[in-house]
Amino acid sequence: MNAIEVTNLVKRFGDKTVVDHVTMTVAEGEIVGFLGPNGSGKTTTIRIMCGLLTPDEGEGQVLGYDLRSDSLKIKREVGYMTQKFSFYEDLTIGENLEFVARLYKLRPVEEHVARTLEELGLTTRRNQLAGTLSGGWKQRLALAACIMHKPKLLLLDEPTAGVDPKARREFWDEIHRLARGGLTVLVSTHYMDEAERCHRISYISYGKMLASGTVEEVVRNAGLTTFVVSGPRLDQIASALEGRPGVEQVAPFGATLHVVGSDRQKLEAALADIGSREGVTVAPGETSLEDVFIQFMAASRDNMS
Amino acid sequence: MTANGFFSFARLGALLTKEFIQMRRDRITFAMMLGVPLMQLVLFGFAINSDPKSLPAALLATSNDQYTRAMVSALQNTNYYRFDHIAHTAAEAEELMASGEVAFVVTIPADFGRRVAAGDAPQILIEADATDPSASSGAVSTLGTVANQALLRAQGMEASSAETAKGQLEVVVHRRYNPEGISQYNIVPGLLGVILQMTMVMMTSMALTRETERGTMENLLAMPASPAEIMLGKVLPYLVVGAVQVTVVLVASKLLFAIPFIGSLSLLLSAILVFVLALVLLGYTISTIARTQMQAMQLTFFFFLPSILLSGFMFPYRGMPGWAQALGEILPLTHFLRIIRAVMLKGAELPAIAVEVGILGLFVAVFAGLALFRFRRTLD
Repeated sequence: MNAIEVTNLVKRFGDKTVVDHVTMTVAEGEIVGFLGPNGSGKTTTIRIMCGLLTPDEGEGQVLGYDLRSDSLKIKREVGYMTQKFSFYEDLTIGENLEFVARLYKLRPVEEHVARTLEELGLTTRRNQLAGTLSGGWKQRLALAACIMHKPKLLLLDEPTAGVDPKARREFWDEIHRLARGGLTVLVSTHYMDEAERCHRISYISYGKMLASGTVEEVVRNAGLTTFVVSGPRLDQIASALEGRPGVEQVAPFGATLHVVGSDRQKLEAALADIGSREGVTVAPGETSLEDVFIQFMAASRDNMS
Repeated sequence: MTANGFFSFARLGALLTKEFIQMRRDRITFAMMLGVPLMQLVLFGFAINSDPKSLPAALLATSNDQYTRAMVSALQNTNYYRFDHIAHTAAEAEELMASGEVAFVVTIPADFGRRVAAGDAPQILIEADATDPSASSGAVSTLGTVANQALLRAQGMEASSAETAKGQLEVVVHRRYNPEGISQYNIVPGLLGVILQMTMVMMTSMALTRETERGTMENLLAMPASPAEIMLGKVLPYLVVGAVQVTVVLVASKLLFAIPFIGSLSLLLSAILVFVLALVLLGYTISTIARTQMQAMQLTFFFFLPSILLSGFMFPYRGMPGWAQALGEILPLTHFLRIIRAVMLKGAELPAIAVEVGILGLFVAVFAGLALFRFRRTLD
């Protein structure tokens, strides 16, 4: 059984279609990254999946429950971590956890709370107001509160926004540990390194699902060719290349320049004279996930205009 | 799935605990819940007087005979008039009135004494500043009898014997339930209703919008709490606050204002419970409509002002035109005022107020239904 199986979800706000026929499947135990630019409909899609929004069109099952009729059952078995910290800042850490434990009827309450606090390493700060925690700790508290009732599916909406690299690393270690235990995770993110830590990724833009699969699949299916240019005065080369036929992206990467296009022959033609410049080398390179996403974003913007 | 179904006391308990903790931490709001009723009660209870006495008056009298003196002292003895201006000309009196210096000008003509002595119909003129009709109405209403009695006494006749001797019509007026006409008897019980109306509706109206504004609503909705649990979790704590306010106001009305309490306390408390329930549910309904706390506040005030003005708290209900009375009927406060005044001052029993309590019950049902219907289980 798939943890998430939705087809042709549509959600409109007024005359704006925020989610446009999104179809998505997430297998049990999988970690799926949900990517896309700001305002692309990631949060809306996640909210539909945890029963917070009703889709205007489309069908689907989450954990085997119907999206429309069984939203209460879905809520009991799904853990949802909102983008913004949405536990009570005027309650202490302990009180927040107690509240969650009692809402999910976890018994005995105290045992669940104490164990969660210990796993978090917050036992000594139990009586601290949640509002006084730093961003990283708030995120850890939110995650702990979301998984306290042992959900089968975890929906995370940009969980690592504004969190330092070390905390991010620890967060992802925790996610992988949970997934090994059979938890399914759908996580939205902007970070490419995080996307690469997912089993599969889905890319959504302006409400439309543009690509799905493993990172390798997504990169391969994008059909992009990348050349790495290195040498002196890369900034001049960059402006020279900009706008040439076949050149779709020119982006500096450290001491090199990535030149990306979907038509290999045109791209080679565009780069022909560059390679003959003194000290400049042009070599075929590997297309990165970021190159693919920027390509997607440019393409979908064109569709919009 | 019955154990996890539509309603669970365990989940309600969790919501209630959370709400009480938040209430306790929010010191200012907490202080407002207890301090505001007491302050308003003391302030308005002592300040509002619908039967003002000792109003400044000017006397314009050219003669100083015994009848004129008798008339002036009779007027003074009513306690309504305080003659602190003696006008010498009509123009001077006019000016005093126009400038607001005095509320009355009493003119006793020069031939007043002569006409009394001659048995001719004497006249005195009392001009009242009627820009505020209610302020002068008490003073004016007593005039007829006072003037007549003063005149008869000055002529050496006993008022009662003179009247019966003439076989005149005698009108007997009993001011029932409040023989001395003390405004506080009317105001203080009414204030309880007004205070409850304001604090209950306002605080509950912010209950949900606060969660929406802080973003905690999204989390709450993603967790398994049913609309009925969320509603009761928000409404019940304020019911407790209401109970505290009621106790404070009732005790203070006894100790500070010595308001008589003739009826049954348990009957009144039951009626108050229904009233407060209607108010918190109204607040909660507002909470499901408003998107921000600011909107909730505005909606509350939209409801608050008509409640004060049209319910019969400030102005006589029967003095309003039919359409305004109809408007007043759809305000819970109107019905509550009738109940509390009936029970406290008249000693009314249940049958006498059953209809009013029933109407309040209807408000409870309507508001609860509306709130549950309006509640957005989703973020749509």
